Amino acid sequence: MKTTPLHDSHEELGAKMVEFAGWHMPVQYGPILDEVKRVRSAAGLFDLSHMGRICVSGPDAVKLVDRVATNHCARIPIGSIRYSLFCREDGGVLDDLLLYRDDEDKVYMVVNAVNCDRDLEWLRQHAGGFDAEVQDLTAEQAMLAVQGPNALDVVTELTEDCELADLGYYKFTFGTVCRLARVRISRTGYTGENGYEVYCPASAAERVWTRLLEAGEKHGLAPIGLGARDVLRLEAGMALYGHELDEDHNPIEAGLGFAVSFREEKGDYIGREALQRIKGARKQRLVGVTTPGPRVPRQGHVLYKGDEQVGTICSGAPSPTLETNVATAFVAIGSDRPGEELDVDFRGKRQPVTVQELPFYSKTRK
Amino acid sequence: MRPNDRKYLDSHEWAKLDGDTVLIGITDYAVQKLSNGNDSDLVYCDLPEAGRSLDAGETFGEIESVKAVSDLNSPVAGEVVEVNSTIEEHLEVLSEDPWNKGWLIRVKPTAKSLDHLMDAEAYEEHVAKEG
Repeated sequence: MKTTPLHDSHEELGAKMVEFAGWHMPVQYGPILDEVKRVRSAAGLFDLSHMGRICVSGPDAVKLVDRVATNHCARIPIGSIRYSLFCREDGGVLDDLLLYRDDEDKVYMVVNAVNCDRDLEWLRQHAGGFDAEVQDLTAEQAMLAVQGPNALDVVTELTEDCELADLGYYKFTFGTVCRLARVRISRTGYTGENGYEVYCPASAAERVWTRLLEAGEKHGLAPIGLGARDVLRLEAGMALYGHELDEDHNPIEAGLGFAVSFREEKGDYIGREALQRIKGARKQRLVGVTTPGPRVPRQGHVLYKGDEQVGTICSGAPSPTLETNVATAFVAIGSDRPGEELDVDFRGKRQPVTVQELPFYSKTRK
Repeated sequence: MRPNDRKYLDSHEWAKLDGDTVLIGITDYAVQKLSNGNDSDLVYCDLPEAGRSLDAGETFGEIESVKAVSDLNSPVAGEVVEVNSTIEEHLEVLSEDPWNKGWLIRVKPTAKSLDHLMDAEAYEEHVAKEG
């Protein structure tokens, strides 16, 4: 199993460690729902060094990205970030990712740990004819996130040479962090809160992690595991590969049309034709459901309207923020309207659910 | 060592003779595995109605934590005669006292023998292997 540069720190903090996408990662340091509340009320620190980091550089870097990614990379201003996807020719999703437009000839990507090797292979496989180099930076850089209403105060404590308060949502900059020059800092996250993601050399990860915990103490900062991260992203209506997204689902029906460009200037890309077709003939839609019942709907559970099967649950969790059980589901068009009353089936026992729009909660959109 | 006044199933349920009935619960290891040592991570326990008949090994309920769901399997065949309904509202009892107050169901067994189950010593070895 792979370990991040912060593995020993997690064990010292008493984290419960689990296998996730081939990495040994902290699932929780304490009760998961307490960790969720901490991020919503103060701030949380996450080790995300398992996430894949890929750099595409060279004169044709942007052209290569525009050939494989669904969003229009050439239109991303330098210093900005866009959500995007890699799809197959049939529109099935291979991965979802963030594109950082570093320069005219350089794009930095953050991809899912579980798909990183496949993404690298996919990019290299389609790089023929493009003057661009694909590099895997995952092992040499740690990735930390600080998320929550106090995130700005926490990160500002350690940062010099940049005005974080002026940094817009989905923008990035480079600053001095713990006396390390040119550390990438982006105003991004996976929690629905304001927050920052910090990319530092792996060799300095422990020092930055420890300094953040020390400086963050007076701002209520605590380390947060992947268990709470999953609840936070679900409350924020953000997709997780393997749940809302996979090769059998497309970004259009998953409500990610904002990340799929059909502009002529973008040119042809892998999946374009299929996605265009799907856009005109959607069969289902990703929605939220809440349930007043005691059971948590989970991946694979089936939704019924009377005797008719109308949907399938993608992810579910108890939501401490909404104080009810919440889930995402693909639901057939016609049964997808907010307020629609459906049933979720638990091995023959039915429990009512109500359809609603995503996100359930967000401080960054809506 | 876990209590040797009862027998164990490899899926971490215990069975204890009590007069002509059998009490069934789950072990501290099962609770620990599901909650990672945080009892507030347990969110729901689904138990059967009294009157239901069970085969040995049959799933009679489910217990859920924030992250996972586990089946509850019956170590013996018989009829459910009583259900510990306080558990559904007070899941913390399962971590505080899984051996006594944390019993889940009382079964009137079709055969009054627990010989097909593991004793405490064998269960210790089983847990050591799994952990």
